[in-house]
Amino acid sequence: MNILVCVKQVPGSTNVEVDPVTGVLKRDGIESKMNPYDLYAIETALSLVQTYGGKVDALTMGPPQAKSVIIEAICMGADGGAVLTDRKFAGADVLATAYTISQGIKRTGNYDIIFCGKQTTDGDTAQVGAEVAEFLGIPNVSNVLAIEKIEGEQIYLTASLDEKNVTMSVKMPCLISVDGDINSPRLPSYKRKQSVTDDMVKMVTFANFEDQNPEHYGLNGSATQVEKIFPPEKNTEKRVFSGTTQEQTEALFSLICDCKMI
Amino acid sequence: MGKLTINQNRITKGTADKLIEICPFGAISYNGEQLEISSACKMCKLCVKKSDGIIEFEEEIKEIVDKSLWTGICVYVDHSGNKIHRVTYELLGKAKELAKVTGHPVYALMIGNSLGEETKKLLHYGVDKVFVYDNKAFEDFKIEPYTAAFCDFIEKMKPSSILVGATNLGRQLAPRVAARCRAGLTADCTVLEMKDNTDLVQIRPAFGGNIMAQIISPNTRPQFCTVRYKVFPEPKPSDVASGEIISMELASEKLYSDITVLSSQIKPKDIDISEAEVIVAIGRGAMSEVLLNQAKELANLLGGVVACTRPLVEGNQFDAKHQIGLSGRTVNAKFIICLGISGSVQFVAGMKSSECIVAINSDKSAPIFDVAHYEIVADVNEILPQLIEKIKEARENV
Repeated sequence: MNILVCVKQVPGSTNVEVDPVTGVLKRDGIESKMNPYDLYAIETALSLVQTYGGKVDALTMGPPQAKSVIIEAICMGADGGAVLTDRKFAGADVLATAYTISQGIKRTGNYDIIFCGKQTTDGDTAQVGAEVAEFLGIPNVSNVLAIEKIEGEQIYLTASLDEKNVTMSVKMPCLISVDGDINSPRLPSYKRKQSVTDDMVKMVTFANFEDQNPEHYGLNGSATQVEKIFPPEKNTEKRVFSGTTQEQTEALFSLICDCKMI
Repeated sequence: MGKLTINQNRITKGTADKLIEICPFGAISYNGEQLEISSACKMCKLCVKKSDGIIEFEEEIKEIVDKSLWTGICVYVDHSGNKIHRVTYELLGKAKELAKVTGHPVYALMIGNSLGEETKKLLHYGVDKVFVYDNKAFEDFKIEPYTAAFCDFIEKMKPSSILVGATNLGRQLAPRVAARCRAGLTADCTVLEMKDNTDLVQIRPAFGGNIMAQIISPNTRPQFCTVRYKVFPEPKPSDVASGEIISMELASEKLYSDITVLSSQIKPKDIDISEAEVIVAIGRGAMSEVLLNQAKELANLLGGVVACTRPLVEGNQFDAKHQIGLSGRTVNAKFIICLGISGSVQFVAGMKSSECIVAINSDKSAPIFDVAHYEIVADVNEILPQLIEKIKEARENV
């Protein structure tokens, strides 16, 4: 069985602020990490391969430095991976990102299952996976809580759908987004880290893609446009309870009484 | 639409270093001769503004969509077991407001099996037309037939904007449909406005930080957005029904799915923090076991529930169901007290519509105080036990 896991490199911290005077983004270091939700997707893929055999690849899109998350996936147990990287991919919204990833998947291999994490911690949209599935023309299921088994062409799983948990079988190939608490991801192995070689990670650029129309990628291929960014509004009517802790507690207590909660 | 061009002849080590410093995404690099912009670029164009002409933005004129062919603001009717999800009514209220700007009709689109009387409820929320795809193939949510019905509706009615509730179902269906239409989709909008030219202005927290992004899809139709439950107020239903229900048919070959639903179980009713009126919320600054127990005790005394921020879920102190924020639940409490919470944009987006917000934090500059109605700069460890004691005393004296 061939399994692909889509992963993303995200900022290590989410403390990005806008300077209200200059409108410039204040950068809080540039350290980055693997999107934590992707670890569950990698673990799901690795444990399936342990049971049913096969191999696991990891795929990411981003700057060349994003290679480090593929290496992390390999250290966890993936067999190899690829980074989709090109200046032509820059400024991509959900649509262009999903399209680029789908082109990358077509280029890198034939997969029975594509796993994604629930969402990323920097974009928080949770919608790239479903768009990738659309571009690949395969079924997709999100919020998957458990994988029961694989039998023939079918994968049996349970997914959370708002008020219900639904058990279903899905014909492979398919794309599955797993929920955050599906398993406990293993740690990267130091031994594997020692044996990672450069040829385990492929760098894939626009030139490698089947669709050679640059209008379909990056900013040009994006339907949405950021008109402006601004700091969030601030509340102007505010009361401050100051003084000693006792006085502060007193004031809070009377507020609770005023709100008729006692 | 466009691209960045670099005037390489004006690049020196000094200017290169400056530009590298300006870029918030680390996308600019310099190899000693040439300045390069990598795919980390998010096209924020800060470098264009600050580089004094070294980096320029070239606008490319693209084929323009004829916006006059796309009319109507459509709300996707989210339902579970044929019971309409309340986010639908909230979105209908917002759709009506947006439609006033452009004079567009308001549509509702419902897909399901044996929907019957439930569709009529929509007629009390000011819709002009309710489009219904009713077929046994839609009994369970399966991505392919639902996408096919949705796209069939779009092809026939050409709606300008489409609002979808950000439920688990909506978060799968909206992107799938948007991708097929090659259209823009903005997730988890917190503010929606309408321009005279029918462009939908979508505002959401972005860049994973304390920033709001205003987003439009100026050259594609339809325009998709998802909105979470409880972000917009639910309008009061009118006594008189208005609008018409239109039955839609889908060719049988489009009903095919590779998914077979074997069984489904209604989830046990958990404490749902998004329905709670009183919430005691705790953050990283109140993570000790003693404080967690005190927070629970306070919640009990006030008849409320305990909720938390994302780090406490990631640290396994709490189940994700208790998390407030963009990646958790949106709450709309009458009274919320935030203990040791700094107040990231994602957290604030999930609770700022609450009626009375109290924040206790030892850090005077914590952003939570920007949204709080009552600010208490103090150590939670000292206030909480005193407060609990006082409330208990008051209870005994009643």
